[in-house]
Amino acid sequence: MTTQQVRTHSIDMSSVFLGKEQSQEPNETCIKVENLNLFYGEKQALHGINMEMHKKKVTAYIGPSGCGKSTLLRCINRMNDLVDSARIEGQILLDGENIYDKSVNVAALRRRVGMVFQKPNPFPKSIFENVAYGLRIQGVNDKRILEETVENALRGAALWDEMKDRLNDNALGMSGGQQQRLVIARAIAIEPEVLLLDEPASALDPISTLKIEELINELKEKYTIVIVTHNMQQAARVSDYTAFMYMGELIEIGTTSELFTNPKKKQTEDYITGRYG
Amino acid sequence: MIRLWFKSGSPWIWLNAAAVSTSLIMVVGVLSLVTVRGVGHFWPSQVTQFSYQEDGKALRTIIGEKVDTSITPAAMAKSTGFKMADDEDTLVQYLIKSGNRDLTGADFQWIQARNVKEQSDPVDMMVVERREWGNFYGKLIEVKEGGKPIASGVQAWPVLQTKIDEALTVFKEISHLEKKEIGAINYSLERLRLKERKLELENKLDDAAKKDLAAEKAGYEAEYKQYQTQLAGLYQKVRLTSLVASTESGETLEIPLSKVVRAFQPNAMGIFDKIIHYATKVIEFLADDPREANTEGGIFPAIFGTVMMVMMMSVIVTPFGVIAAVYLREYAKQGFTTRLIRIAVNNLAGVPSVVYGVFGLGFFVYILGGNIDQLFFPESLPAPVYGTPGLLWASITLALLTLPVVIVSTEEGLARIPSSIREGSLALGATKLETLWLTVLPMASPAMMTGLILAVARAAGEVAPLMLVGVVKLAPTLPLDGNFPFLHLDRKFMHLGFHIYDVGFQSPNVEAARPLVYATALLLVLVIVGLNLAAIVIRNNLREKYRALEG
Repeated sequence: MTTQQVRTHSIDMSSVFLGKEQSQEPNETCIKVENLNLFYGEKQALHGINMEMHKKKVTAYIGPSGCGKSTLLRCINRMNDLVDSARIEGQILLDGENIYDKSVNVAALRRRVGMVFQKPNPFPKSIFENVAYGLRIQGVNDKRILEETVENALRGAALWDEMKDRLNDNALGMSGGQQQRLVIARAIAIEPEVLLLDEPASALDPISTLKIEELINELKEKYTIVIVTHNMQQAARVSDYTAFMYMGELIEIGTTSELFTNPKKKQTEDYITGRYG
Repeated sequence: MIRLWFKSGSPWIWLNAAAVSTSLIMVVGVLSLVTVRGVGHFWPSQVTQFSYQEDGKALRTIIGEKVDTSITPAAMAKSTGFKMADDEDTLVQYLIKSGNRDLTGADFQWIQARNVKEQSDPVDMMVVERREWGNFYGKLIEVKEGGKPIASGVQAWPVLQTKIDEALTVFKEISHLEKKEIGAINYSLERLRLKERKLELENKLDDAAKKDLAAEKAGYEAEYKQYQTQLAGLYQKVRLTSLVASTESGETLEIPLSKVVRAFQPNAMGIFDKIIHYATKVIEFLADDPREANTEGGIFPAIFGTVMMVMMMSVIVTPFGVIAAVYLREYAKQGFTTRLIRIAVNNLAGVPSVVYGVFGLGFFVYILGGNIDQLFFPESLPAPVYGTPGLLWASITLALLTLPVVIVSTEEGLARIPSSIREGSLALGATKLETLWLTVLPMASPAMMTGLILAVARAAGEVAPLMLVGVVKLAPTLPLDGNFPFLHLDRKFMHLGFHIYDVGFQSPNVEAARPLVYATALLLVLVIVGLNLAAIVIRNNLREKYRALEG
């Protein structure tokens, strides 16, 4: 019965915020979050989240620290399964399938939903092996396929020209920005449908940040991207849709231009104009 | 003032410095003592001829090496029964190694310096190292072959050297025949006997099988007979020559060359000769089997046994420890139980090692080994195969002993790996197992090596438990040889640590054994240092390779 109510509610919300957009150009829904509650032990971290993310668009989550935006992001590839005390209610549909269904293979899900973390986390292996890691897990050992994929992935992450002669060097010898792009290359090497970026530029210098942002713009041609960011300018620059979260609740979601120029909620406006957060 | 000085922290710094330097001095002291005493043993020392006359006794000659000098104050000497003149302040005594145990009954004697009338180092003094009765000191008179003298006087010495070399070659052949060929035949015969017994137990010993076995046995026995005649010939050949020498008391003694390891004239040797002599002695010490209840010859079997046992132990303890640590850290739900297990593991490290020995003997040797024998080797009963102390049980016992260090350091290594690396791998669609194998375990490998280094350091020096589960004073065969299946885990073995104990405390000839104790101790230290260095080099390479993310 609750699900029923939630569905209606969710449709209401999308019609409120996205109705205009949808009527202008047909957007395919890629991820649909339905009445998602998340608890860490007794403490509730996410409260009844309902939202949709569209195919080959960039959705940004903004909000003050601790508002649950990273938690929500990590729900999409079930990274929160790693936290023993985490408990989840509700569902997330990826292409119409509930990823929290018992029959879902988590490893297979994560192949479809790649993720890049706040701090670059390359493996202590060569650059080549870092990018080939996901393929090797899938049992691909053909050298030609590996080389081809690695090259494509590195090109996709705008890293090929810098790194083509250093493929056998240890990845830990790269700069922070290069490492982060390497991690993106590693994620896109297995050709996911969705790419989750958890504050990908927060540990980087401005130039590296710029490169990452350019990269996001290119990547959205192929992937559905969800990005968490602290930096509102960044959200404004790279995203098509922006969701504002506060205290574990989704306050508002809409096209980026609309949310930043004409927020519907007072809280959103206060945050954007820098009154808190 | 004093208060200010205390507050300044200087006393604390001095205290620290004192503690560090004390430890350093102790380590350096131990090592240098062992090195000096052990390394000096192989240097050929001068052989001195003393004219010695005790009060109211006839003048006599004593030939030997001066090993030690003791100086006793007059009062103390008097109280122990020495007659002291009034003008004497001290009693000086020399410890002389005069050998010739077969004649005098003792290798060593104390003489008083005041009774030495005259002493000299004659050039022609000869030392003969023998296979029995220890060293001989005296002068060479002649060399005999088949009872007839073939050289005497000045020519005797070079002839003796060539004859000894010949005899040693023959001896090498003999020991090769005895150990390798006849050893292999004996081994095969034993296996044949076991095969027969097995067939008998299984009621399959029919006439055909009996015939086969008998034929095989006859083949081995023919071979054995052939070797036997060959051996007899060699023995006859080597017994033919002998040397004749005069002792300190003027007696003559004939020593067959089959009993001689080497003969040398230390007083006539130049520094270069001495270095060569020293090198041969050291090589002998490292590469040969022990002689004369371990007080002479080499300690190769002990070195081999120690290294072999440590390696077996490493092979057993590493997977066990790592798997246990991985379960505790990665899979087990952290809580009261895991805490309890950790406490238990840590306490295991504090259990006295001899307790492990008792456990190894009671559980591994008697229960496990006994059952293995009943199940798999019924043909050799009542003689045990695995139901007796041996290399396998010693290795397993020591593996158990060192398990805690491997578990603890592996766990620490696993805990140090940043969770971002694990998440990175999981986010690429790796399962937990793939993440463990492909990233976490390789990155934790330096920590595993650290655990192994600590384990090796502890295991290689351990003696007490080994005495219960497999180490012996003298092992006739190495645990690794040319007879199938090559690695004999059921065999007993020798161990440097136990060798030190045995030579030092159980030896019939304490004075002769003392330098060997030091030399063996030095070698044990070197072996452990060597094993550790190898492990450290591997660890540092791994560290370099899997350098974790900074911060």
